[in-house]
Amino acid sequence: METLLEIRDLSKTFELHNLGKQIHAVSSVGISLREGEFVGITGKSGSGKSTILKCIYGTYRIQHGSIWYHSKRFGKINLAQASEREMLYLRKHEIGYVSQFLSAMPRTTARQLVQQAIVEMGEDQEFAAEETEKILAHFELDEELWDSYPATFSGGEKLRLNIARAMVKKPRLLLLDEPTASLDHDSKLKVRELIEQLMKQGTTMLGIFHDLEFMNNLCDREYNMQNGVFSHAATFTNS
Amino acid sequence: MAVFEVPVLSIKNLNKQYGPGCSQCKGGESAYLVKNYCQVCGTVYACRDVSFDVFPGEVLGIVGESGSGKSTLMQCLYFDQEVSAGEAYLADYENGMKNLFQESSQQQRYIRNHVMGKVYQNPILGLKMNFSSIGNIAENLIAAGSRDVGMMEGKGTALLNKVNIPVHRRKEAPKNFSGGMQQRVQIAKALSNNPPLLLLDEVTTGLDLSVQASVLDLIKNLQRELNISIVLVSHDLGVIRMLADRTLVMLEGKVIEQGLTDQILEDPQHPYTQQLVHSLL
Repeated sequence: METLLEIRDLSKTFELHNLGKQIHAVSSVGISLREGEFVGITGKSGSGKSTILKCIYGTYRIQHGSIWYHSKRFGKINLAQASEREMLYLRKHEIGYVSQFLSAMPRTTARQLVQQAIVEMGEDQEFAAEETEKILAHFELDEELWDSYPATFSGGEKLRLNIARAMVKKPRLLLLDEPTASLDHDSKLKVRELIEQLMKQGTTMLGIFHDLEFMNNLCDREYNMQNGVFSHAATFTNS
Repeated sequence: MAVFEVPVLSIKNLNKQYGPGCSQCKGGESAYLVKNYCQVCGTVYACRDVSFDVFPGEVLGIVGESGSGKSTLMQCLYFDQEVSAGEAYLADYENGMKNLFQESSQQQRYIRNHVMGKVYQNPILGLKMNFSSIGNIAENLIAAGSRDVGMMEGKGTALLNKVNIPVHRRKEAPKNFSGGMQQRVQIAKALSNNPPLLLLDEVTTGLDLSVQASVLDLIKNLQRELNISIVLVSHDLGVIRMLADRTLVMLEGKVIEQGLTDQILEDPQHPYTQQLVHSLL
């Protein structure tokens, strides 16, 4: 298996000018992901887990270190130095990001949201419309909700929609930022099933999870973070 | 790595100053400047070395406080103001080989009519308030060389329909319309010659929330449908967050920071940008 993502010596510091403060979120972190792997990061809140994902996705700018990603379009590319437009392209076509929060355009229905994601990939409206219905049904989103605004959805429904939208893009790399936080047990199981499906499809995933229990027998490998560094890396075998 | 896209619009080192400048404030960098105002000669440096690219199908946001030079920049881009220095290239004009700011006023008029559309914050600047709405659109079509009345009527009606102006009110003058409707007529007018680039200057400022929402939805849908490139000026970070792919932050006439919109909002670097983002309610 080829390496899809390799993070070397990544550090991220937030300079808060107005408070005269510096926050060292992550120091000298290294991770590498092979194609098709599912790697988990655990750790207390505030330990820097999300910072790593946001650095990969380009939401945070990186001062030190490199993030080498093997892109279909650009070949080997350092995300720490990619241009804004390259990053936008990768987000559109190759790298997905799912958090517990749904960031959607206001006044866009669930159906439109998914359909637009498909159209963005260059498919035509008709195909997108068909595909959307398939996916929404697959994610067991109540049909009554398809044409309503996600702002009115429950946490679990939002999350399933969120994953559905990320999934239709068939990303090569999917970043999961605590997708199960604040979900009840049943919803968690549903998300787990979805992740298992993605694994079967060969999607490479890097995920953050609060509850060890949930991920233990799912991840190929797991890192534990404390105060911005990895305390140890353990390897699990997939059950 | 080779560049993988060609920009629709490319701006290089745009400068705009009001006033002659003096030996104390030459070049716009001096201890005598308070913000961008020269205390000695009263010259205002409204835009200082502004450079950026706009790519196909993207929305580029420009934020900044009042007086930071956003609107001056937009006026320069649409030739409402003459620049003091700088270059601009449009991919759809002479293959991007000619500096627009050095073209004749006749050519600039051609560019305004064919390659760009602009929507002003104040509809009075963009519309003839006493003309009919459809007449406003026809004016643009005629300026671009149309003479076929039937075609213009059809196109005008279709455009007004697209921006949700009821067909039976197409012959009414914009002065009778609400602020939101006036903005929508302006948008229809700006789109009339299918420009690849649209300049939007604070188009939702001063509209109430629900009307603002309908104008924003319209812009987003048009952008998606027509794959048009948009430069969007706003001091409202909410509008920027909703619409812009990338964002420039301006302060005192300079671009102090630029990035992906989520970068600007979640990881602002410049002290002013941090203050701006932290002021979000």
